[in-house]
Amino acid sequence: MVVAAVRRLVFKPARYAVPAKYGKSHTPDAVFLLGLIAILMVADSMFSASNATRHLQQNQPVETLAVFSLPWMLKAAIGAMPLATLWALNVGAYLVHELTFYFLLCYRPFGIQFHVETSLFSVYFAKLERGTLKPVRWGVPDESLDQVKSFGVKTFEDFTWKHMLDFYSCADCGRCADNCPANAVGRPLSPRFITIKARDYAFQHYPVLGKAHNHKPLIGNIYSEDEIWSCTTCGACEEECPLLVEYIDKIVDLRRGMIDDGNVPQSLQKPLKALESRGNPYGKMEKKRGDWAKAIPPGSQPTNAVKLLDGKSGADTLYFVDSITSYDDRMQAIGRATARILECLGKNFGILGATEKDSGHEVRRFGEEMLFMALRDHNTEVIKAAGVQRIVTADPHAYNALKHDYKDVPPVEHIVQVVAREVRDGNVRFNPVEDKDRVYAYHDPCYLGRHNQVYDDPRDVLDSIPGLTRVEMQRSRDRSFCCGGGGLMLFYEPKEDQRMGMLRVRMAAEAGANVIVTACPFCMVNIEDAIKVAGMEGKMSVMDLTELVDRHLVREGTEKTEKLEAATCGG
Amino acid sequence: MEILVCARRVPDTSENEISLNAAGNDIERDELVYSVNEADNYAVEEALQIRDRVGGNVTVATIGGEDDEEILRRELAMGANQAVLISDDAFSGSDGKGVATILKDFVRKGRYDLILTGVQADDGAAQVGGMLAAMLDYPFASLVNSIALEDGKLKVSREIEGGNREINEIDLPCVLSIQTGINEPRYVGMRGIRQVASAPIPTLGASDLGVDQGAVGEAAARVKRVDYFVPALSKGAEMLDGSREENADKVLELVAAKGGLK
Amino acid sequence: MTRIFAYIVHRGGIVDDSAAELFAAARKIDASGLPTAIVTGCGADLDAACNSLTSSFREIWKVSHEALTYPNAELVRQALVNILPANSILLVSHDHFGIDLSPGLSIKLGSSFVSDVLAIDGLEGDSLKLGRQEFGGQVSTHVHCDISSGAVINVRPGAFKPEQSAPITGLVVDKSSTVGALTARRRYLETIVAEAGDVDITKHTVLVSIGRGIQEKENVSLAEELAEALGAAVSCSRPVVDAKWMEKSRQVGSSGKTVKPKVYLACGISGAFQHLAGVKGNPFLIAINKNPKAPIFQVADVGIVDDVLEFLPELTNKVREMRGVAAK
Ligand SMILES: Cc1cc2nc3c(=O)[nH]c(=O)nc-3n(C[C@H](O)[C@H](O)[C@H](O)COP(=O)(O)OP(=O)(O)OC[C@H]3O[C@@H](n4cnc5c(N)ncnc54)[C@H](O)[C@@H]3O)c2cc1C
Ligand code: SF4
Ligand code: SF4
Repeated sequence: MVVAAVRRLVFKPARYAVPAKYGKSHTPDAVFLLGLIAILMVADSMFSASNATRHLQQNQPVETLAVFSLPWMLKAAIGAMPLATLWALNVGAYLVHELTFYFLLCYRPFGIQFHVETSLFSVYFAKLERGTLKPVRWGVPDESLDQVKSFGVKTFEDFTWKHMLDFYSCADCGRCADNCPANAVGRPLSPRFITIKARDYAFQHYPVLGKAHNHKPLIGNIYSEDEIWSCTTCGACEEECPLLVEYIDKIVDLRRGMIDDGNVPQSLQKPLKALESRGNPYGKMEKKRGDWAKAIPPGSQPTNAVKLLDGKSGADTLYFVDSITSYDDRMQAIGRATARILECLGKNFGILGATEKDSGHEVRRFGEEMLFMALRDHNTEVIKAAGVQRIVTADPHAYNALKHDYKDVPPVEHIVQVVAREVRDGNVRFNPVEDKDRVYAYHDPCYLGRHNQVYDDPRDVLDSIPGLTRVEMQRSRDRSFCCGGGGLMLFYEPKEDQRMGMLRVRMAAEAGANVIVTACPFCMVNIEDAIKVAGMEGKMSVMDLTELVDRHLVREGTEKTEKLEAATCGG
Repeated sequence: MEILVCARRVPDTSENEISLNAAGNDIERDELVYSVNEADNYAVEEALQIRDRVGGNVTVATIGGEDDEEILRRELAMGANQAVLISDDAFSGSDGKGVATILKDFVRKGRYDLILTGVQADDGAAQVGGMLAAMLDYPFASLVNSIALEDGKLKVSREIEGGNREINEIDLPCVLSIQTGINEPRYVGMRGIRQVASAPIPTLGASDLGVDQGAVGEAAARVKRVDYFVPALSKGAEMLDGSREENADKVLELVAAKGGLK
Repeated sequence: MTRIFAYIVHRGGIVDDSAAELFAAARKIDASGLPTAIVTGCGADLDAACNSLTSSFREIWKVSHEALTYPNAELVRQALVNILPANSILLVSHDHFGIDLSPGLSIKLGSSFVSDVLAIDGLEGDSLKLGRQEFGGQVSTHVHCDISSGAVINVRPGAFKPEQSAPITGLVVDKSSTVGALTARRRYLETIVAEAGDVDITKHTVLVSIGRGIQEKENVSLAEELAEALGAAVSCSRPVVDAKWMEKSRQVGSSGKTVKPKVYLACGISGAFQHLAGVKGNPFLIAINKNPKAPIFQVADVGIVDDVLEFLPELTNKVREMRGVAAK
């Protein structure tokens, strides 16, 4: 009790603070609640103490009071009081306790500690599977979505009961906000206040007395557009929340609402339209989607001709490339490295080429469910037609989409998982690390790590390269810090004080690393850019794990791999 | 206020690489993606915003064929009240004046207080709005980048040189050609388009509109595009290796040749 | 031969650069004749404008009217309809005024109209052969225009090189009496001058785009001077915005603006995908970079390996030289 009061009033951890933009501070309420509990405790102790003293004076059997407990101390203090006073104290303490207790019982739903009760339910009903998203409407199958009048969450009342329960259950501890990268770089988003603002709204708009005045749009009133677009869906908040409060689903639902109202920033409309017409956010021609496998930029190693899967190719493995690796000339290196690794592992694989469309992973997380469904249905069809048994990808976003958002497609693995297995099975060996002076740190991509718990495979692969020095960043594995977000996040920049990637690069430097290894093309873009912005070129570089593996793989007949594809930028 | 927006479907220059077909008489249209002309989309958004402020209806019309219905649906999904496809074999090959003539007859069929067009189509010539206004004898303003309604008249701002703005008062009914950037067009998602998938879109032909067939179509066109070509210019970066001064001269020459000197 | 006129724009008595270009364009239609200038306005400004044209045009039609003090396209149109002889060819600069005036004028004159003309290949009978561009300059076209009942031709600014010809002594002819009644249903109220920094890079045909190679905030002025000389705007890559050397509104790229210029000068830009994603419409791309291996050279049309800090001033001087403006 005392500790809590001291913490609230004396130490005040920074995360308890409520910035003015998010509403009023909760400290008065906290103190009030603590006061009530203090009264309860004192009254209860007084009741026991007076009881015990009375019994003692009347020589009745006496309840043993724990030594040094509050009743024990009180008993010592009132031991000499006359019986009548003790009676009065006893009855008084009883009444005070009862009154306070029932008052508290009634008050609790309005105070900040109500979460203790509601959290029982919200934790019980919490979603267990990571990487997934809630459907637009529970119980409404995709085919019937056209009949749904309004998509997503536009007013408070549109939230599901579970999400409303979340609002009440939040302990206001601020752990989510402490770990939220958007919050850390000064974007206008703090997950905690998504909850708190909604809860405050509910209290204000559904008063106990008087009429409920509700159905005000959330965006523009309690949330801002930028706030909702600021989230990278990295999942750090959900990972940390002791009460399993969900954020990604809520944010995606709010985005669905904005998309439905046509309320989308212009810079996001362009890629969304291009995704609809061309199947990639850059508006590039479909026929050029597979060109990365043919084009060999100067200074890089050729891949053997990568097969195009047409159902007759005989290949059993599909390499799903996705948009950024297909079109971004820097990321195409990841595509080529992946293809060479698959070749070296003797996989019979191919790509879809022009018929592949964006996996739609980010499209879905940006709230454009119908466009996602169109992309998914298209890809599902061509994947099925390709007649493969498994899918491999080097893009964690595609991986997550194929694994969780798609149905009826063959099982999917990230290339890192494939390589790790081959390493464990002793099928591949690596040459000693090229540059012994380098210190490597692995950055966990959100959609490989937190959302899919692939933490050990990439580390195992790195550690199996002889002589490679690896350090861990303080924030790693489930506490990894988002690089800035993938997919459509590349097209929208909320106001921020600094780049997430820059913080991440500094974390790597603090850990003593000079090479950041990641396993996601988006992490690579963001970190490469952040190295420049931070002015750390030459001191820090970034590479994809596939590139590292590709360079060190022991290929049959050649003990020492030729110098492969020099990274074009960043280091 | 009854507002008509004339919109067109064009190959989207931001999502296409325009090249010539094998015969060299047209652009390669096989792999093009089309969308509503950018400026026209701003015009529709502006019309919707005006309607939402003062009431009335927004009609979107396009001259074209079946394929062009697609953009009309998009504009319906955006919130237009109705859409009309103006289509007739007799219209094909019309020049700008022919197009304006067809639209004039369409406008006369209805009653519009305000007619909006986009400033220019990607493959167009910034001409239809002004011609239409002259045929209807309505006042006209081009390059409009803001519209305010003030007691029965409009106060419009035009974009002029150096980013300056020219403010005019204009009587209704009038024709305005809308410049990009006047507003922020709303997003039309897949869902919106699906919802209007079965909305009726009437098609009107030459006889419905009473178009004088001698004034439209290829035969009447006095301006004719005879071919397409790509000016011969080396592909891939041509590295200039002269002295600094020679290089500067060459760059200047190239900028001028590309029509870049203002 | 049909009579050729050039409508000359002036601001406060100072004739627009396009006058000489329209003159040159007219000579491409009829090399043997000389075009007649038409100038509208009022008072001393109009006289000054007319007089300054006498050294290049043989005949200048002066059209004076109170209501024409500000060039309101609707009123100018009415005046021209009354003044122009039947079936004449009128050349107008394809700028914000020409776009406002010409299409409607051609209807009222009953003549043909071609806009944004880049090239004139001459006259064959009644057929005027012209060159235009479509799809933001990605393809060019030849256009034939029937001039039997006259034509209004809008000429792209900068497309025709002014001719060097011996000065002549032209005659100013006052046509004010034929203007007739002018009534406007569109009334000019005022001009609001853009604030410095109010530059919309999406509207420019030429962009001088700078990247980290510009190195310091002070050097941004090198690009600004060039842009000013060219009549272009300055845009930039993201690091330049990050460093607060330029406003966010100038950023080209996936998280910035999408631009569709005709000419794009990439100065000290490496050519990252996110940057190039904002450069659309296949412009003529000129890259200046001191690193011969910079990826930008793989997509540029023309490349120069040089230090932008040295090259930009050189180019600026050349432009000024060409324009006959003494270097500041
Ligand atoms: C999510 C995300 C979104 C992004 N969005 C955008 C965007 O919208 N727009 C954008 O531009 N970038 C964007 N980027 C950044 C992009 O990836 C590149 O980092 C950026 O475009 C590089 O800018 P630059 O070419 O100016 O700098 P650099 O890549 O550092 O290139 C500088 C170039 O200048 C040359 N140079 C140096 N000095 C001189 C000199 N004196 N003379 C001549 N040349 C010289 C160098 O050789 C080098 O090629 C984004 C990145 C991310 C992660
Ligand atoms: S998902 Fe990541 S960015 Fe979004 S609110 Fe949670 S921690 Fe912040
Ligand atoms: S971590 Fe959970 S309980 Fe703590 S403030 Fe965030 S949502 Fe509330």
